[in-house]
Amino acid sequence: MANGIRDRVAIVGMGCSRFGERWSDNAEDLMLEAFSEALRDAGIERNKIEAAWLGVCLEENNVGKTAGPLAQGLRLPYIAVTRVENACATGTEALRGAVYAVASGAYDIALALGVEKLKDTGYGGLPVRTRGVVADLWLPNASAPGAFAQLASAYQAKYGVSYDDLKQAMAHVSVKSHDNAVLNPKAHLRNKITIDDVLKAPTVAEPLGLYDCSGVSDGAACAIVTTPEIARELGKRDIVTVKSLQLAVSNGEEAQFSNWDGASVRTAEVAAAKAYREAGIADPREALDLIEVHDCFSITELVLMENLGLSDPGRAPFDILEGRYDRNGKIPCQVDGGLKCFGHPIGASGLRMVYEVYQQILGRAGERQLAKADIGLTQNLGGHPHQNVCAISIIGRLGA
Amino acid sequence: MNTNNGANNGAATDRGILAVGAYLPRLRLDRKSVAAGHRWMAPGLRGLAQGVRSMANWDEDAITMAVEAGRRALAAAQAPAPEMLTLASTTLPFADRLNAAVVASALSLPKALAASDCGGSLRAGGSALIRALQGSGGQQLLIASERRIPRPASTAELMVGDGAAALLVGEGEPIARLLGSASLTADFVDHFRESGRDGDYGWEERWVRDEGLSKLVPPVVKQALQAAGVDANRIDHFVMPEKLRKVGPMVAKKVGVRPETIVDPLFDRCGDTGAAHPLLMLARTLAKAGPGQTILVVQFGSGCDALVLETTDRATGSDTEPAWLDEGQVETNYLKYLSFTGQIELEWGMRAEMDNKTALSAAWRAEETVHGFSGGRCGECGTVQFPASRICVNPDCGAVDTQQPYRLADEPAKIRSFTCDWLSYKPCPPFMFGHVEFANAARVLMEFADCDPADLAVGVPLDMVFRIKEVDPMRGFRRYFWKAKPQLKAGE
Repeated sequence: MANGIRDRVAIVGMGCSRFGERWSDNAEDLMLEAFSEALRDAGIERNKIEAAWLGVCLEENNVGKTAGPLAQGLRLPYIAVTRVENACATGTEALRGAVYAVASGAYDIALALGVEKLKDTGYGGLPVRTRGVVADLWLPNASAPGAFAQLASAYQAKYGVSYDDLKQAMAHVSVKSHDNAVLNPKAHLRNKITIDDVLKAPTVAEPLGLYDCSGVSDGAACAIVTTPEIARELGKRDIVTVKSLQLAVSNGEEAQFSNWDGASVRTAEVAAAKAYREAGIADPREALDLIEVHDCFSITELVLMENLGLSDPGRAPFDILEGRYDRNGKIPCQVDGGLKCFGHPIGASGLRMVYEVYQQILGRAGERQLAKADIGLTQNLGGHPHQNVCAISIIGRLGA
Repeated sequence: MNTNNGANNGAATDRGILAVGAYLPRLRLDRKSVAAGHRWMAPGLRGLAQGVRSMANWDEDAITMAVEAGRRALAAAQAPAPEMLTLASTTLPFADRLNAAVVASALSLPKALAASDCGGSLRAGGSALIRALQGSGGQQLLIASERRIPRPASTAELMVGDGAAALLVGEGEPIARLLGSASLTADFVDHFRESGRDGDYGWEERWVRDEGLSKLVPPVVKQALQAAGVDANRIDHFVMPEKLRKVGPMVAKKVGVRPETIVDPLFDRCGDTGAAHPLLMLARTLAKAGPGQTILVVQFGSGCDALVLETTDRATGSDTEPAWLDEGQVETNYLKYLSFTGQIELEWGMRAEMDNKTALSAAWRAEETVHGFSGGRCGECGTVQFPASRICVNPDCGAVDTQQPYRLADEPAKIRSFTCDWLSYKPCPPFMFGHVEFANAARVLMEFADCDPADLAVGVPLDMVFRIKEVDPMRGFRRYFWKAKPQLKAGE
């Protein structure tokens, strides 16, 4: 039985660009913005990075294939650079690469950087794309909101929740994230909205309205990781470590077999159970001080509260409405605004989530600082509810 | 003129029409709405602006309608799989690619099949029926299907409709058999259409009536009656598509057929479905006819075909209209019709620019999966899965290479989840799709067809229909797959 990653790797520097419509910047500008912040934070020279992982999802709208854009953009000195892609969970995938490289002992210091330049497509929302020459022959070319909206109808049917109750809870999710993003200077959408705004917004994919959908943004985020020992040598006193890193990938059962309810994200259930075990967490409802989940759509965040074991099955809408996941609630969720308002530059999102947990643990979250933040969870989802990859990380203070 | 006396042909005594199927698209275009759009420049169309005509949905064409009609005929038949398939139409989507092969594939007919497309004139359906009835040997499935796109503001735009009819012909216990037929071929060009074009170019109607219909049709009908050994006044049903209004009574009078036997040309139900129309009218007539009745079928086009049929004891006349002649759904939006038929280019936004190039090599590998909607049934645990795969999806099984083909097209199914997606590009928004669960527990994420958002709910029963999935305008290709059609309550 493997020991897992708990406390074997420390995060010594993180950076995150401002997310948004960065019309005047190239991907390289965004990468450098995040990287410069991380280097300053780590207190190291650029040439100390021994290996790097670049996360980019839609390279065709972006920097193209290979790891070259990171090596060239940051002028890294002929080191090992790997490009990874795992749909919207690409950012966490880059982190996994860097963390495991350090844990293996192959490298002392590694970089994980995710970047996406989405606003060069000419239209709003994620770009349309092929599913491959065979799947295109039969698979509906669903948009992301269309695919995630399926959760809502199945959830209503399974739990007998009324349309209005579900819409109210979903609206609460979005209003909460907008409230949180007002306090985040790097967030894409920093305006308050009302429940009424959400309920009256134009429909994107029934029952999801405009305000049930996350922003589509340009941005980059990165982490510099090393061993706890080297972190101390670098003068770090408050050491933040990786407690768990889990990835679960659908094998086709949800889409093709009769044992999925359509109202949940099964990979999240699997990955969460493994992540809690790896981190030594018995009761996540008590242990977690904050969570950053993949709120690509309000309904996604809603069902994830159950799939992460934080709400009982069928209870998430009511827990949400009771404020359990508000910034002053029992388990604050998306205190940085989430995908919904911080923004969703795909390759960067997983690292952006870790960035917020890291800032909160180190007490650097400014106006949005939580009173207690020792340990937090990020959940990063790629694909659609019936077929996806789910990455979970748990980040905490060393010793927590 | 060629005549045939079916009764003299000993082999034909048990050969005949074994089963029929017909299909009309759900949409019915309101003629008043069409005429209203043209009132400023063609006020004379007002005279035709009554009732509705059938209108193919954006994802229907002569191939998909043929599949539906063919399925119905095969379902009605207690007969072995056909050995021959003929697809008659003047509007087949492919000039060089056997359209009948797509239909055969969607019907999961055996690969050992003789198949042909035939067209050339509106007579294609009737001519093919004569050949099928005169033929010998195994079962032949004849399908006529038509989706004509007349020029806006032409009278044809109001007269025509879209639809398909299928007849299974062969040895057995037929509903009807051929007594005799006659054909005449003449390059009488009342209208024409260049290959690859939409919209007919037609000559003055008075000339068509006086020199064409009036002079060319009656001799052929008389020859057919003579060949059949049937007196004109003994005809019980006179089936003749209404090329021009009131032409049926004129022909009936000239040949001595009783005017009360003229079969309703279905102008009010669907309009003239071209090469399919004589077969569509015949399908309805056979549904209503009792045993021992004679049916005269006539179709005009570059000449004329006439057939005399007689129903057998298997014909059990019913007063109720066949289900396919239902009310449909009235469409009053003429702009939508123009867009569906490609006659107006709307601004669909950049999402519509996605390149839908089809990898023909992949399409061939997936032919049975995609056209036949064939999944796999695990020989170990019985799990049905789509698409078929090397390893069984059941986590408690996981057997390798145990799956046998299993067709899902005719399997009952219901909605598990759904949405109406206004973001994705669809020629008729919103894009409605969801998870579909089949009675055998297989699950497929599918597009919904022929419905409105209000028709969707978890648990709604579904029928599978063969439709255009995506169009590739850059290369002139279209790909087909099955969609799930909610079963609508009566009157919806």
